[in-house]
Amino acid sequence: MAKIESTFRNMALSLTMIALVSAALLGFVYELTKKPIEMSVLNKKLTAIKQVVPDFTNNPNDEMFRLSAGDGDSLDIYPAKKDDVIIGYAVNTHSSKGFSGNISLMAGFRPDGTIINITVLEHKETPGLGTKMADPEFKDQFMEKNPAEFELKVEKDGGPVDAITAATISSRAFCDAVQKAYNTLQKGGIK
Amino acid sequence: MNQIQNFTKGLIKENPILVLVLGACPTLATTSSSLNGLGMGAATTFVLVCSNVVISLLAGLIPDKVRIPAFIVIIASFVTIVDLAMQAYVPDLYKTLGIFIPLIVVNCIVLGRAEAFASKNSVFSSLIDGLGMGLGFTLALGILGAIREIAGSGSIMGYKFIQGDGILVFILAPGAFIALGYLIALVNKIRKA
Repeated sequence: MAKIESTFRNMALSLTMIALVSAALLGFVYELTKKPIEMSVLNKKLTAIKQVVPDFTNNPNDEMFRLSAGDGDSLDIYPAKKDDVIIGYAVNTHSSKGFSGNISLMAGFRPDGTIINITVLEHKETPGLGTKMADPEFKDQFMEKNPAEFELKVEKDGGPVDAITAATISSRAFCDAVQKAYNTLQKGGIK
Repeated sequence: MNQIQNFTKGLIKENPILVLVLGACPTLATTSSSLNGLGMGAATTFVLVCSNVVISLLAGLIPDKVRIPAFIVIIASFVTIVDLAMQAYVPDLYKTLGIFIPLIVVNCIVLGRAEAFASKNSVFSSLIDGLGMGLGFTLALGILGAIREIAGSGSIMGYKFIQGDGILVFILAPGAFIALGYLIALVNKIRKA
């Protein structure tokens, strides 16, 4: 097939057509995937909540509310209820003190402030080092601890938390995020 | 060149990673495990095949002077489709590959094949070329990912067979360079023999 000449008219026409068709196609795909993407984001959140505050019978996502964490920051709180009685709160908390960028956790607390479980939502830590904060070996040491008496500090800083080898900064950020969640819940007057 | 040669050249003889050394950035970054490598390879293959076919179809209708922007628009559209589809149906893989999916747009292999092959050859040859090159890319990423996963985490395809930690450097970026270097040396040796 002979190539069409590079005249201004041909160039403008050809590019316009290609851009138009691409845009239409993308719009179509976007509409098609919008629902599944929303579902997968919601599912992920619900799975995380289920991990950290089990046994709820309500829909914590519908009853989500926000509490100020100070410094213009706020955290999403998901109340978990069983037969209309509060059994715990899942807190979507984060810390900017990670080794590379933000880390985001879902932390579950009993109404008295005891940590039920924690799960890592997002992080950009070093693979093989900081990524270990998602492993049970590290995060399970927080289970059933109450930050009122269990100081959220790594051993290097004089606390009881056994940091990940060679990833003290990631461990510190993890503690920082949990501490923020705990403080916010306490300050919010939630018992 | 017959179609079988056209297909197999991407696997070894003109393997995009191991011989042409194109698209090394996603190669080094996404191969921390074999599954990640294969996922990245599959996404790139899809884009490569689709863009090769469309570009060879439209080759006569794109004036020479604007061919690069036209190719990029076509490639970017397919990349965005992959991006949305992965986000919807394989969110976990999407999260691990992260920024490297949108970055397929600037992957040298895709534009390279469009410019060097698809714009000059028939639709069918371009399809075969895209498939061969894509598979070669996937193969290289899979092998590199497997080497790094075995050495770095003591596991393969996510299945752990050694307790405890592996050799940490293989998980990190320098390990990717080391493994890729030896892999290229090995392929050179095989090609020369």
